[in-house]
Amino acid sequence: MRYAMAIDTLKCVGCSDCVVACQTENNVPFGFCRDWVVEVTDGTYPSLTLENRSERCNHCANAPCVRCCPTGASHITEEGVVLVTHSKCIGCAACITSCPYDARYTHPDGYVDKCTFCYHRLKDGLLPACVSVCPTKCMYFGDVENPESSISQVLKNRKWKQLIPEAGTEPKLYFLI
Amino acid sequence: MREEIIVSGRMNEGVDPILHSWGWEIALYLFLGGLAAGLIIYTAFYTLTNKDKKYFTATKITPMFSSFFLIFGLLALFIDLHHKLFFWQLYTSINLRSPMSWGAWTLLVITPLIITLSILNLKELLPVVNFSKFKILKLVITPINSNLINWQWKYSIVVKIESFLQKNIKAILWLLLGYGIILGMYTGILLSAFNARPLWNTSVLGLLFLTSGLSTAAAFIMLISKNKEEIKWFSKVDLVMIAIELFLIIHMFMGFLASTKVQIDAANMFLGGQYTVVFWVFVVFMGLIFPAILEIMELKGMHVNHKISAILVLFGGLILRFVIIYAGQNSRYLY
Repeated sequence: MRYAMAIDTLKCVGCSDCVVACQTENNVPFGFCRDWVVEVTDGTYPSLTLENRSERCNHCANAPCVRCCPTGASHITEEGVVLVTHSKCIGCAACITSCPYDARYTHPDGYVDKCTFCYHRLKDGLLPACVSVCPTKCMYFGDVENPESSISQVLKNRKWKQLIPEAGTEPKLYFLI
Repeated sequence: MREEIIVSGRMNEGVDPILHSWGWEIALYLFLGGLAAGLIIYTAFYTLTNKDKKYFTATKITPMFSSFFLIFGLLALFIDLHHKLFFWQLYTSINLRSPMSWGAWTLLVITPLIITLSILNLKELLPVVNFSKFKILKLVITPINSNLINWQWKYSIVVKIESFLQKNIKAILWLLLGYGIILGMYTGILLSAFNARPLWNTSVLGLLFLTSGLSTAAAFIMLISKNKEEIKWFSKVDLVMIAIELFLIIHMFMGFLASTKVQIDAANMFLGGQYTVVFWVFVVFMGLIFPAILEIMELKGMHVNHKISAILVLFGGLILRFVIIYAGQNSRYLY
């Protein structure tokens, strides 16, 4: 079982509902965000292209943050979700420095925090907060190792890309293009 | 034209606007750790090869300095932590894939060992001490008279511990040598383990930091020694270390330029970018080439004060660590 998320960049409008839902659901401190929306404009007028991407922690299978953590506070669960045990974190910021996606930040309470795929909701069979509020329904979430799940189907049928695959992190965030 | 912006706005602590998770505390610790590691390696090596009478400063006096450098370095590391009260979690597990874990355990072993060695050396350095200001020492030491002590411990357990340590001094020195090499190298290996920072992701960095540590340690010994022969020997050692360091720096850049686009961008920060002047003037010229020229001049017989080249080498080592830490956080894969 490996959780992954796919975001349809052709349907994302950049409304940032996912950002606000995550901040509300996870009590993210004011001024911080666990996910963000990137807008890429390419080309010269009149042939321009626009891509919207909602980015967050990629919950990499070969996560450099898990490898570099000196206490084991950053760990991967059996479902492939990368989590931080707050009471083990010393706040050394090695994981922040080792993340190529800038996904982590230091929480004001001292430990390091990031997107958790709303792990507390997954146990109850719910979807992460960002996926459930998306107004264009462009976010897919599920078990990428299960060929019947919605995310596996959409990854089979659509062209997709990942961010910085050459960094060797094996990210689990897919962008449908 | 390609423009990438974060439309939802992001200003997370540590990563925005540019990664700044590590600051002067880490750079200072890297310098002090490398310097202490170099001093420990020289102490252990020259004592084990029975040159402790010849190189008195390097083998008997520097352990005290190494102890203080390590303690200051550890303090700097501690104040850098964001979750300070949980620092002890470092010692609840060993994560072999995390160089920071190796470093924490190495420091745990080497700091008490070098403090022990400096205390064992005290007896030799100060056989008789006027303790009129520290009367509290009378609690543990039997005084000769009202003003002098010569380390006659009052309690037999302390005498037993001391004789045990003195008997096993060779084992302590071998441990110090091994762990000193790990201490000097692990900081470079730690930085090179971050594949997200292309400037650091080179295997040369471990050796570069070890060599820089050995070079700054040789310079430090030149600075505090009072024995002309010792100064001459360590200036020769320093010359060799500077030569190796220059070789490693040049090959590091050759490696970057022959690597992928992100590494070329990282190297370009030093070859025309924002860190060009700081690196080539302060680190390479003032910290390596100019002291080497001064040392060669002195070895050829011209009168040059060796303290100048020693201070320049130490300065260069410090600025090298600062530049690598700040430039590395500027190098990235994204945007």
